[in-house]
Amino acid sequence: MTSTSTRDLVSQPYKYGFVTEIETDKIAKGLSEDVVRLISGKKDEPDFLLQFRLKAFRHWLTLEEPDWAALGYPPIDYQDIIYYAAPKQQDKKASLDEVDPKLLETFDKLGIPLSEQKRLSNVAVDAVFDSVSIATTYKEKLAEHGVVFCSFSEAVKEHPALIERYLGTVVASNDNYFAALNSAVFSDGSFVFIPKGVECPMELSTYFRINSGDTGQFERTLIVAEEGASVSYLEGCTAPMFDTNQLHAAVVELVALDDASIKYSTVQNWYAGDENGVGGIYNFVTKRGQCRGARSRISWTQVETGSAITWKYPSCVLQGADSVGEFYSVALTNNRQQADTGTKMVHVGPRTRSTIVSKGISAGHSSNSYRGLVQIGPGASGARNYSQCDSMLIGDQAGANTYPYIRSQQPDSAVEHEASTCRISEDQLFYLQSRGIGFEEAVSMMVSGFCRDVFNQLPMEFAAEADKLLALKLEGSVG
Amino acid sequence: MIRPDAELLLDISDLHASVEDQPILKGVNLQVRAGEVHAVMGRNGSGKSTLSKILAGHPSYRVTGGSVRYRGDDLFALEPEERARLGVFLGFQYPVEIPGVSNLEFLRVATNARRDTQGQEELDTFEFEDHVREKLKVVQMDPAFLERSVNQGFSGGEKKRNEILQMALLEPVISILDETDSGLDIDALRIVAGGVNQLSSPDTASILITHYQRLLDEITPDYVHVMAAGRILRTGGRELAVELEQIGYDWVDEQLATEGVA
Repeated sequence: MTSTSTRDLVSQPYKYGFVTEIETDKIAKGLSEDVVRLISGKKDEPDFLLQFRLKAFRHWLTLEEPDWAALGYPPIDYQDIIYYAAPKQQDKKASLDEVDPKLLETFDKLGIPLSEQKRLSNVAVDAVFDSVSIATTYKEKLAEHGVVFCSFSEAVKEHPALIERYLGTVVASNDNYFAALNSAVFSDGSFVFIPKGVECPMELSTYFRINSGDTGQFERTLIVAEEGASVSYLEGCTAPMFDTNQLHAAVVELVALDDASIKYSTVQNWYAGDENGVGGIYNFVTKRGQCRGARSRISWTQVETGSAITWKYPSCVLQGADSVGEFYSVALTNNRQQADTGTKMVHVGPRTRSTIVSKGISAGHSSNSYRGLVQIGPGASGARNYSQCDSMLIGDQAGANTYPYIRSQQPDSAVEHEASTCRISEDQLFYLQSRGIGFEEAVSMMVSGFCRDVFNQLPMEFAAEADKLLALKLEGSVG
Repeated sequence: MIRPDAELLLDISDLHASVEDQPILKGVNLQVRAGEVHAVMGRNGSGKSTLSKILAGHPSYRVTGGSVRYRGDDLFALEPEERARLGVFLGFQYPVEIPGVSNLEFLRVATNARRDTQGQEELDTFEFEDHVREKLKVVQMDPAFLERSVNQGFSGGEKKRNEILQMALLEPVISILDETDSGLDIDALRIVAGGVNQLSSPDTASILITHYQRLLDEITPDYVHVMAAGRILRTGGRELAVELEQIGYDWVDEQLATEGVA
């Protein structure tokens, strides 16, 4: 991503709060087996997928919404949500010229130009608007390398065997409440397949945009890297400002075979609600990667700054011998935002290694919890984990919690955990100011110093901008 | 160096200030011209440090009356960072630690903010490294301190040297050094004082806030002021500092008591 576009992405307090006026094909509110069938029918899906959805839905009906997270919100009325909304255009367009200009304009405004002339030179983008993907760039160029990068719906049509083979194998349709819901009603998302031995020639990126005020977004992402393949993938998210809450329940599955490597970065900037906590996205996401092959590697990097509620634990199942899992996270909450986020590192294979670096920043009246599990199974001899969880408090009304869980069934393993809490003080800010450094830059310097270990993991062009995003999110919260 | 025709840099007039609604400064008057070195002495609680914080713009201190003009302009109309960019420097008594922020990067950003205001070119990372290495000599500081976080894990003496290094980089017009001598052994004191002396010029001035005569053995003041109860009670030349060393501050109470009666 070029630095201009990322600057656009992060340069305003919340400039993505606009709504695109566009005719939308929406189904009626509510959730039932008929709705699940209707969604599947609209997408003209093969029977295996309908059965997958129905099984998930029937299981979901038996589940209770989890309440163990350190989050407080009024009950969600699942019958008051629209489960499918798509901008009205016939099928997916073969060429971008045929895409509704309003949609192209929307993504332009978001700093993600899609048209041939303006698009980013080294990043392929899949643009998802409400329930559907509207365009994917550089598909042909990627295809030359055997790389498949397309919307999930397209993948179902063109690569049904791959979907059937991998879908639900990392996050089962009955994995948890929100994963089951997603499995029943997911509408679109991205699919990436990197064949054996191929190093993906460009950065891949999906941009998720919620536009409708009463619609849930349930996207599904599946990335498969075959033996020796590697890919770096970035997702970004924004939504308009509504005074109601929208539900976002996504599932991401990653599969890495022998010697494969997947780097997955997220910049989550959904609308967070106003300073009184009115509006904002409820973000309930299940992300999991499976290091299936020996020496494979999956790395999650997330910068979580948006959403009213964040419930998210990108995890790694380290099955292959000598496989590596990493989790680098910056989670910032301000005003009335609540985040309960962290990771699970499940060590199954021998000599598996994992690293967790979590930086939580809480300002305003927000609440920010790290919740993480390190599990060393009986077969994981020689496994190692290192975890570092740091919290930074800004002001005296915010809360930070750390809930580390460690379960080891293997004496020949090593788990290290470090945690710290600090506070940005008035005296530190004054010290920087008295040297000619402006207030906002002073905050930004301190926050980015705090987050440096994580920002270093982001794709280079983005790292430079990430601290600005955080500083902007903190405007007015210090002092 | 006293020159009556030198530029009036700082003009403090009947300054009153409070901390948490507690009045601390109760009518400070002080004029500082280019080329001058002023020492402000007095006991703990006399208002010396408050004066320095007020001049730099610390948010916890509130001005309740009077005025301060810096080179003719209202100092209080400026944010702390603007004052710094225009050449007001406060050397802290207790420099704070800032974990995660590299000292080198901090010094570079600060230096460039000042240079930019003066219409000078900003220095890039490489140019700045050369620039800062020259300035390190002023305070005989090990370059290794550049790689650490700002003041983190520095000894008391190292923190004070880092303050004078910042002074050397920012080339201030007026420097207020708040108890820069406290906590220093004699060698460190000489290095720090030597740094201040090297940086003084006919166009700049400094205010040394101190308890003790010993800093003034190293830096010769043109004026010595004694603060008590939030005011400047007495002003003299360098000989006043020597006298204070002998007679202490007991006379202050008597004078205040007399004034209280009067």
